[in-house]
Amino acid sequence: MRSDVAPAPHEARTPDEPAAPTAAPPSPVPPRRRRRARPVRGVLVGLLVLLSLPFVFPTWWMATSSLKPMSEILQVPPTVWPRSATWDAYGEVFRLQPFAQQYWNSLYIAALVTLGTMAISALAGYAFARIRFRGANALFVLVLAGMLVPAEVTIVPLFRMVNSLGLVDTHWPLIVVPIFGAPSVLATFIMRQFFLGLPRELEEAGRMDGLSRWGLFGRIAVPLAKPALAAVAIFTFLKSWNLYLEPIVYLSSRDKFTLPQALTQYVDAYGGPMWNVQLAATTLTVIPVLAVFLVAQRQFVQGLAHTGLKG
Amino acid sequence: MTSSTLTRPRARPRGARGTAARRDQLVGYTMVAPQVLGTLAFVVAPLLVVVWYSLHEWNVLAGTFQFAGAENYERMLADPGLRDSLVASLWFSVGLVVLNVSLALLLAVLLDQKLPGTTTFRTFFFSPVVVSLVAWTIVWRFLLQDDGGINGFLASVGIDGPNWLRSGPTAMLAVIVVQVFKNVGLNMILFLAALQGVPEEVQEAARIDGAGPWRRFRSIVLPLISPTVLLVSILTVVGSLEVFAQIDVLTGGGPGTSTTVLVYYLYQQAFQFNEFGYASAISVLLFIVVLALTLVQWQTRKRWVHDEV
Repeated sequence: MRSDVAPAPHEARTPDEPAAPTAAPPSPVPPRRRRRARPVRGVLVGLLVLLSLPFVFPTWWMATSSLKPMSEILQVPPTVWPRSATWDAYGEVFRLQPFAQQYWNSLYIAALVTLGTMAISALAGYAFARIRFRGANALFVLVLAGMLVPAEVTIVPLFRMVNSLGLVDTHWPLIVVPIFGAPSVLATFIMRQFFLGLPRELEEAGRMDGLSRWGLFGRIAVPLAKPALAAVAIFTFLKSWNLYLEPIVYLSSRDKFTLPQALTQYVDAYGGPMWNVQLAATTLTVIPVLAVFLVAQRQFVQGLAHTGLKG
Repeated sequence: MTSSTLTRPRARPRGARGTAARRDQLVGYTMVAPQVLGTLAFVVAPLLVVVWYSLHEWNVLAGTFQFAGAENYERMLADPGLRDSLVASLWFSVGLVVLNVSLALLLAVLLDQKLPGTTTFRTFFFSPVVVSLVAWTIVWRFLLQDDGGINGFLASVGIDGPNWLRSGPTAMLAVIVVQVFKNVGLNMILFLAALQGVPEEVQEAARIDGAGPWRRFRSIVLPLISPTVLLVSILTVVGSLEVFAQIDVLTGGGPGTSTTVLVYYLYQQAFQFNEFGYASAISVLLFIVVLALTLVQWQTRKRWVHDEV
């Protein structure tokens, strides 16, 4: 990807560039893209600032509103900065629900799903890319078919299956189905694409050194696959962390809930949302992920761009 | 992509390596076993079972489960609720793909101008992608509700805003817009990569021929990135069919059934009305629609490859 750094000052204008096309002298160097005039660039930056609002303001509004007391939260005109900030709502978050437990549920489920998916997809991706075995193509097509089936299509039979195994209201379906089922197929596909690109010579050299197939996999292929594994880890973690339909179908007791499900439960006796508490809980959910994103932005963008390119 | 996925590694000569190759085969099967068995158990089997279920009259509360042939499918044809949900899905998908793709393209073009602060703006536009969907939707519900932030700001400049989530047209618009801002950053990145693949020389040649910026974009850049535009559009449509959490949190399918899209209707039939047989038939319909769209996507992609080579 081209770097997005701002142009150096001396590049900003090329006044000596000929205006008439006939006067263009033949040059061995391709001509530099002409810079727009300053006013136009100013307008474009202004447009970017304006367009940023709906992306940035909701997060700001969430965090600041969670600090407002109920009297201020729906006040007109709205206060952009809380006039009388209070942390009360954050206490309520933990008093009304076992929020720490719910946080832990989401965290450990996402961690297990991520680790499991990385293992399964590295193994299958490697074998599909580098090992010749009978029926490999047929099996690969079978696995790829998993990408064609939206989770919503199989939710009824999966629920019956989970139910008959007595695993409703446990975390098992939220862990096992994503690792082995459809969600991990994209990961396998990405790992396979990566391993296809590994030079054959690396494995030949490993064989010379007496490595077995498992040795080639564990000592050569996997260590080289860190970027692909990072991409898989990021989108798998976020996918599990954001899961909504499955938890509300499978789980029914509060201490088993995951975060997305728990966030919607901060309602008063009439079913109306308790806004400051709900927003405080939402802030606690969002801020850590955003912080990690800001630190590892490049990996996030690359990892998630893969999910857009599936199919 | 499809054709490359089917190529095998070249064959190795037989002979002394025979046992090693056989051992290799065994390792291969072992390595793919978890994924293959998992796909069979959690994708293929449920898919077959859902078709089987769809041929049954099955209400969990009433305790009925009997073979009914095509009854559920006949019911679908006559069900105004299903028709409404298909209409809602159509509106949602069309609105989403139009708004999402045009905004993504606009953002990508703006970010491609080497303006100051581009990296920061890219971070801004991408950040909602990593925010939890339910969290993002909750914040927007807070903003869009009748006495929420948006109407509050409107009121302070003397405008009486509508009750966004409680009237038909604006509720659908709200669901679409919230979804667009959530995920447009992904498409923006794909477009940005495509734009950066457009050769400078072609643009420069057009410039020398006297083409203005808009003309260059329309006649040169847009045709060159059209494969990406088409791919992104289809992926966005397929993704739009799976919208669920936003609907559940923002509108609950309402007002009336104006935002009850197909997946939400499926969820209601199965898990609110316990109509598992009928819900299974709706699942089959959903699968057919997604499958058809995906096949269209593969066909068009094949065509581009011919165009490009």
